[in-house]
Amino acid sequence: MSFALRAENLGKSFTLHLQGGVTLPVLQALELTVAPGECVALSGPSGAGKSTLMRCLYGNYGAGSGRILIRHHDASVDLATADARLVREVRRDTLGYVSQFLRVIPRVPAIEIVAEPLMARGVARDAALARAEALLTRLNLPARLHHLPPATFSGGEQQRVNLARGFAPGYPVLLLDEPTASLDAANREVVIGLIAEAKARGAAIVGIFHDAEVRDRVADRLFDVAPLHEAA
Amino acid sequence: MSPLLSARGLELRFGRIAALDGVDLDIWPGEVVAIVGESGSGKTTLLRVLSGLAAPDAGSVIFDGQDVLGMNEAARRHLMRTQWGFVHQNPRDGLRMGVSAGGNIGERLMATGARHYGNIRAAAADWLRRVEIDPERLDALPRTFSGGMQQRLQIARTLVTHPRLVFMDEPTGGLDVSVQARLLDLIRALVAELGLSVLLVTHDIAAARLLAHRILVMRHGQVVEQGLTDRVLDDPQHPYTQLLVTSVLAA
Repeated sequence: MSFALRAENLGKSFTLHLQGGVTLPVLQALELTVAPGECVALSGPSGAGKSTLMRCLYGNYGAGSGRILIRHHDASVDLATADARLVREVRRDTLGYVSQFLRVIPRVPAIEIVAEPLMARGVARDAALARAEALLTRLNLPARLHHLPPATFSGGEQQRVNLARGFAPGYPVLLLDEPTASLDAANREVVIGLIAEAKARGAAIVGIFHDAEVRDRVADRLFDVAPLHEAA
Repeated sequence: MSPLLSARGLELRFGRIAALDGVDLDIWPGEVVAIVGESGSGKTTLLRVLSGLAAPDAGSVIFDGQDVLGMNEAARRHLMRTQWGFVHQNPRDGLRMGVSAGGNIGERLMATGARHYGNIRAAAADWLRRVEIDPERLDALPRTFSGGMQQRLQIARTLVTHPRLVFMDEPTGGLDVSVQARLLDLIRALVAELGLSVLLVTHDIAAARLLAHRILVMRHGQVVEQGLTDRVLDDPQHPYTQLLVTSVLAA
């Protein structure tokens, strides 16, 4: 078993109880295997379920059916059935997710947001802050912003804080939802470099990249997420 | 590892109303669990039963191997003093309003055996600083404090003895919105730093998202949905959870 992440027969639908119980099927019998060091780009039209798949892979959405296996400390964990404490442990040690938007915590400065997942893994505070500082600097976030809470930052600045937080711990599996959407050319290059380094150390990456140039440079293959037709 | 607090089969009826209807709950060391639901859902009753303040009609509550429901009042008070903390919605219920800020913190330390006056005063000053109250206010009475300061003082009084499990009942309930964020962030930081287990009762979904690792949704005395905080809030399954989540206005 040489996969880092594997979805088997994954199905997901949403039942909207407040809209008369209508059910929207999004994913059906999906099979995806990602090897260590491999970057898979999800493709497919808007609304096909790419973000839903990412959220299922992170355990943010519950899987409706099937299994989501992840290699965690040399064991295989099924995120579809793991309890909350085990999912948290997998997220601390193995599985990272960079969402499109930073969820800002009031009063917490950017550098602390980036250092937090490192400290959760037991990295000493000084070392965690130093690593956070280095990554924020590499992503060209001005030093005067490092110690401010990102609530007032621009979209691109918040995205770079989010990226630094996602790349800082060196997760074995990393999910990237539009990581370069609000970045300029120079910072896009930085992100491409970070992805290449993560792959080189063996990280498995699943990403949504609307930017074709970025996708072509980082992805080893495309995985097509096709829209389901309305269930009869 | 085993759960710090474990409840099974809790039942409690008030006349024809089921306040608790078959509730099971585990809290693990270092875990923050939020109970959400509207007024009358049974969440405050659950908090009272778990902390031994009210007796259920049926069920068990075990804390660290001890039967909470079977213990006498003295044993429960001892637990409350040494292993547990309680943060009330109204700081007046958790503070002694006629005693100085430093006295409020020191009193709890003395109840766990501290005797050296200088050390107690120093610890009280340190805790005022940690909850962002000027240590110069050590000898001031809580009634001269704002509501937010009183709530922070209650948190200092509760945490000074490093309890293993802290019960919080709507800790931001009576505060202005601008004061809530500061208090939530303070609680978040202290809980992480001290590795506390917390049972938080709130109707504030945003507070639950910020603080809790796990959420239980209660309605009519039953836990209708539970799980990882972000999964329950982002992919709610039960109709009532969907209603709760979609009723929150995004700022």
